[in-house]
Amino acid sequence: MSANARDAAERVRPGKILAALEPQWVWDRGEALIRFLLLLAAAFAVFATLAIVISLLSDAAVFFRRVSPLDFYTGTTWDPDIEEVFGVLPLLTGTLIIAGGAALIGLPLGLGSAVFLREYAPPRVREIVKPVLEILAGIPTIVFGFFAIFTISPILQDWFNADFLNGANAIIVIGIMIVPLVSSLSEDALTAVPVELRDGALALGATRYEAVSRVVVPAGLSGIVASFILAFSRAVGETMVVLLVAGQTTVIQLDIFRQMNTMAGFIAQRATGDLAVDDPSYLSLFAVGLTLFAITLGLNLLSDLFRARFREAYE
Amino acid sequence: MRPKSLRVRKAKEAAYLAGFVLAVLAALAVLGVLLWSIVAQAWPQLRWSLLTNYPLTDSTRVSEAGYASAIVGTLWVVGLTLALSLPLGIGAGIYLEEYARQSRISRVLQAGVTNLAGVPSVVFGLLGLALFVRAFGLGKVVLAASLTLTILVFPYVVITTREAIRAVPQSIRDGALALGATKWQTIRRQVLPAAAPGLLTGSIIAAARAMGETAPLIVLGSIPLMQFLPWGPDSLFVVMPVQIYAYFKTGPAWHGVAAAGMVILLLILFAVNGAAVVLRNRLQRQRW
Amino acid sequence: MSSESSSIQKGSRRGRIGATTVIAIAVVLAAVGGVAAWYVLAPRGTFEIVVIDGSSTVFPIAAAWASDFNNPQRQVTVAISGTGGGFQKFCRGETDLNDASRPIKQSERDMCAAHVPPITNITEFKIGYDGLTIVVPRSNDWVQNLTVKQLCRIWTSNTSAGACGGAGPHVTRWSELSASWPARLIKLYGPGTDSGTYDFFVEVILTPTGDRITSSFFSSEDDNILAEGVANTPDAIGYFGFAYYEQYAATLRSVPIDDEKMTNGAGPIGPSVETIKNGTYQPLSRPLFVYAHGKSLDRQVVKDFLRFGLSAHGTELVSRTGYVGLSPSELAIEAAKVPG
Repeated sequence: MSANARDAAERVRPGKILAALEPQWVWDRGEALIRFLLLLAAAFAVFATLAIVISLLSDAAVFFRRVSPLDFYTGTTWDPDIEEVFGVLPLLTGTLIIAGGAALIGLPLGLGSAVFLREYAPPRVREIVKPVLEILAGIPTIVFGFFAIFTISPILQDWFNADFLNGANAIIVIGIMIVPLVSSLSEDALTAVPVELRDGALALGATRYEAVSRVVVPAGLSGIVASFILAFSRAVGETMVVLLVAGQTTVIQLDIFRQMNTMAGFIAQRATGDLAVDDPSYLSLFAVGLTLFAITLGLNLLSDLFRARFREAYE
Repeated sequence: MRPKSLRVRKAKEAAYLAGFVLAVLAALAVLGVLLWSIVAQAWPQLRWSLLTNYPLTDSTRVSEAGYASAIVGTLWVVGLTLALSLPLGIGAGIYLEEYARQSRISRVLQAGVTNLAGVPSVVFGLLGLALFVRAFGLGKVVLAASLTLTILVFPYVVITTREAIRAVPQSIRDGALALGATKWQTIRRQVLPAAAPGLLTGSIIAAARAMGETAPLIVLGSIPLMQFLPWGPDSLFVVMPVQIYAYFKTGPAWHGVAAAGMVILLLILFAVNGAAVVLRNRLQRQRW
Repeated sequence: MSSESSSIQKGSRRGRIGATTVIAIAVVLAAVGGVAAWYVLAPRGTFEIVVIDGSSTVFPIAAAWASDFNNPQRQVTVAISGTGGGFQKFCRGETDLNDASRPIKQSERDMCAAHVPPITNITEFKIGYDGLTIVVPRSNDWVQNLTVKQLCRIWTSNTSAGACGGAGPHVTRWSELSASWPARLIKLYGPGTDSGTYDFFVEVILTPTGDRITSSFFSSEDDNILAEGVANTPDAIGYFGFAYYEQYAATLRSVPIDDEKMTNGAGPIGPSVETIKNGTYQPLSRPLFVYAHGKSLDRQVVKDFLRFGLSAHGTELVSRTGYVGLSPSELAIEAAKVPG
């Protein structure tokens, strides 16, 4: 073989058999092919999102021809089935209160766990706690729903004179549910921070907490923010728990110890029948779904912008 | 600004350490209470025949009921979901992390992914019903459920894949490229093996998510009373969470069986997690 | 090669997996391969399938019949989409039979006929009776019985004095019905609008006086949630099928209802197998149905199943679930509807 050919064969190193079978140009094309296939995979999300948007939009459009968007978005009474009044604000406030409350519980607990596991915990403790957190992450939401009915609700009824079905049930349980998600993703983010940064801070005399809070966490902020947004989205979209224990409401309701409903909860309640005809109460499903979708889209775009800026700084 | 005294800083350190420990303990405590309450309810009904008996609704025959159809159904649906979503999700994650990191396309695609993660599970059920069951004409079979769950689970695989790949130091890639490897070779032989532990985490999350989904499968058409084993991707089916919910709905006499079903589901999940953790520890001998 | 590995070499060696893991993966792959081979080679389940969907009230009956009827050659599956939701599927030919806790509506018949291809020859089979039960928690010690008019006032949306045929407007507190009762808010629980039980309740309690139902009630398609809700909420009142009430008899109390008609028993009458059977528990006794269509009635297995359910054994199963079975003469009439 000529010197060039030998270099070429060396460069690729596909093994002797493959080298004999496939000439170099196949490997070059192969790279492009692989890149294209991977691009398709990445685009799958867009295809799926498009499918969802189209199906939501088409029925929501029909809905908005019957009910004006203004009434929908400013109305304070939600009664789709009986009176057929479609003001979505009760569902919207319910969603924000429950998801926000859950985030208040879950985000600090999750970040605290992540920091503890990453920075403080001896390897043995880590080896126990991490799998346990993963177990918690893997517990199906329906189990949490029953946990809320049988354990949390009676406590709230006794201590706070809550209703059997109330918003605080959902807040507490969803808050707990998102802890493992926040913890594991934050921990991965913290792991991505170069060790030298932390070591450098410690070398300069910082306490471990100071090194963590002033150097490591800010460095890993992109991933941490990503996990927060993801967890908040999860709380916003949580269905089964709300379905089982939060209740329903037709008016804006701010007392977490009474019944509340979220957009996702409403969709689950209404949709377990079937795909039906064109009565407005059924179509309202799609209007609510579209709204929910738009909210999470907005949140995610915001977090992306936010994250990109930090990413540039630390790479 | 005057630096605070060492004593104050050390006190803060101790306080925050206590706080972190409490956070972890709180999470563990909740898990403990949750598991205990479920096991306590399930205890009278825990028996091996739960795995081989079929569902019943006759309250006088509670001890003859079981989860056979639901267990096999779950295995089929989740297995197929993983087979579809893992290649797709890992492929997408690779692309977004390695090939298109800083471009506008990457941001749009990534936004698509995270947005998908935030969609309520019921909406996927509606989509699956309209698209796979009706439009594709599949009917309410395992394949339709798996396709639906694939879309649902896909974003989680992508996100964890990206985090895992991001954790691989750039020096590894630079070294491989410097030695003349092509991009794909670098990924396949250096980056992916290095990211394997994180990829495994993503797979666990995907499997656990798929196993526990109830709402979309109810919308899609999982059947609470089915006394035969699903035979394949084109079979009618029922999955564990739906069967558990169905038992629960049947009446208070069945709460014990429902709780027992949760125990079975949790044990399966525990086994899956455990196996993955063992594998991950083996692959993660060396830390950076 | 030096004895010190560079980090690149270490990296590539990291990618290699130890022998144990290789064996484990091989075992898993073999298992998967075995399952795949079994699936491809083994004969498919050669049984016939009957698909039933519909009312959650009727579900226990269909399920009991199915459990006894199923064998390796024939399998009946039963799902719960609600009476209305079940008819949606029925009218698309996706199910063979629909469980219904109310008669089929004309709009539903039209929907069936409008489908392409049309679903025709819809046959109604009465399979038993239910007594829709009004429940309060055991902690409620003031309500001894209620009249239909009082029920109407509790559930109506009408706030004018002429509501409920002049009985009075919607009440929000117990004391508005009777001065000696507590002045606390009434908390309402009931099935949702997709439920046949809901349709029936509205039809017999509110519609006769032209009233519409209020929307301020907690609705759930899950009778367990309703029962737990009522049981745990001191001032609650709710309703659902008799069989479900029986299961919660420890925490709930049924309220005898007085329809103020002499013809079917004077005074307030509570639900029981006897009063449902002899028709004195009014107006809340109702028949339960199973509907079939032309295509399903062409299949022998469906006909066998219907005959199985509409037999003495089938009726006994109905009683075992807590509902009231048909009398022998009624059974004969229904069974005769099965063609061939």
